[in-house]
Amino acid sequence: MSVAIIDYGSGNLRSAAKAFERAARESSFRGEIVVTGDAARVAAAERIVLPGVGAFADCRRGLDAVPGMVETLNESVIKKGRPFLGICVGMQLMAERGLEHGEHAGLGWLQGNVVALTPEGADSPAGIGWRVPHMGWNELSIQTSGHPVLNGVPGGGHAYFVHSFHMQCHNPSNVLGTAAYGQTVTAVVGRDNMIGTQFHPEKSQAVGLALISNFLGWKP
Amino acid sequence: MLKIRIIPCLDVKDGRVVKGVNFVDLKDAGDPVEQARLYDAEGADELCFLDITASHENRDTLYDVVSRTAEQCFMPLTVGGGVRTVEDIRKLLLAGADKVSINTAAVKTPEFVREAAEKFGSQCIVVALDAKQTAPGKFEIFTHGGRNATGIDAVAWAKRMTNYGAGEILLTSMDRDGTRVGYDIPLTRAIADAVNVPIVASGGVGNLDHLVAGVREGHASAVLAASIFHFGQYTLRQAKEHMNAAGIPVRLV
Repeated sequence: MSVAIIDYGSGNLRSAAKAFERAARESSFRGEIVVTGDAARVAAAERIVLPGVGAFADCRRGLDAVPGMVETLNESVIKKGRPFLGICVGMQLMAERGLEHGEHAGLGWLQGNVVALTPEGADSPAGIGWRVPHMGWNELSIQTSGHPVLNGVPGGGHAYFVHSFHMQCHNPSNVLGTAAYGQTVTAVVGRDNMIGTQFHPEKSQAVGLALISNFLGWKP
Repeated sequence: MLKIRIIPCLDVKDGRVVKGVNFVDLKDAGDPVEQARLYDAEGADELCFLDITASHENRDTLYDVVSRTAEQCFMPLTVGGGVRTVEDIRKLLLAGADKVSINTAAVKTPEFVREAAEKFGSQCIVVALDAKQTAPGKFEIFTHGGRNATGIDAVAWAKRMTNYGAGEILLTSMDRDGTRVGYDIPLTRAIADAVNVPIVASGGVGNLDHLVAGVREGHASAVLAASIFHFGQYTLRQAKEHMNAAGIPVRLV
């Protein structure tokens, strides 16, 4: 029984790993947390986490560069139904397409595109203007009550965001949580055995640790 | 609503937290790991960790201190000081940093910022901009802890760095740093109004009204302070309550 955090040269894996280790210690999860770039180890894992920072296309390229990784993800997540968590660009990769610096294919698990944020309106926080990246702590609005991974993640709870693009889902039921930033920002997506967060649970203190603990115990 | 961030800054020399007055006469304010743990527990919105001697002594950042500090943080950690190469950035990210701050190397080789942003993403590239007023309304970039003038206009530089992919600007007034008389508001506002990325105001905080002014008048997205927190003059909670009372959205935890 293990959780594989996929290492494909993107992101701060130490942060993610230590947040998962902490959440595992504080919950009943007794498995191993592995950071790995080996598709065979991902295939053997009970749960899969795809982190990701940077540009959509770079992350996609990084994932493609690992032999067998995309195939393994499709096999484990789509065919075998293993619990999957995508974080930030790892979440965005669940979409069909990313429109950052051209059009790039995602994993295609959720219908929709990843598009640039376009905040507007007269009511920017403290009147300082709508700055991009959307960076910092914002309140979550939970769209779907009763999702096991969002249990104990309160609406109005704060999560840490840093991004300039977000997912636009064709199917509204794939949007599990949002945040307001001069527009409705997609914060949590998912269906069946997969969930993704635009924010960083590993950087979101108690709210993030609660979400990670829930994911470790999730039986979709 | 997105909240205005309050960021305690740990200036580190030889593995210890220090805080200078105009970057000289350094005074010991303790162990960085201990402080990080404390600030995490107090609900700091981020933590900033600057190795202030790395650049001019041509020394690598102390990765083990970064990594031990990062162990205490479940909040974003920015690390700067002596960041010169893509490899430096990778090592810091692997040690546990979420963002890295580039200062002197950006002035020496502006293309480095572009390369770093392309490689790691704008979200983790902060350009630290140390500025001094040279004439009324004119601000110039300085490097090496405020010792070297560059002749570069601060507003033009901020625009260039964001065009190159900087995701945030950490703006320090070298005139105000360590003086406790408040941020340089005209400087902060000039930069904040010239670019669209978040600005972190730094340098000169002596009381909680200064934090409010940095946002309200300076248009900063985040306010950074060191000594008012390190020496126990104010807690983060007091700072947030003060800003909240002034109508600035903050995350109260």
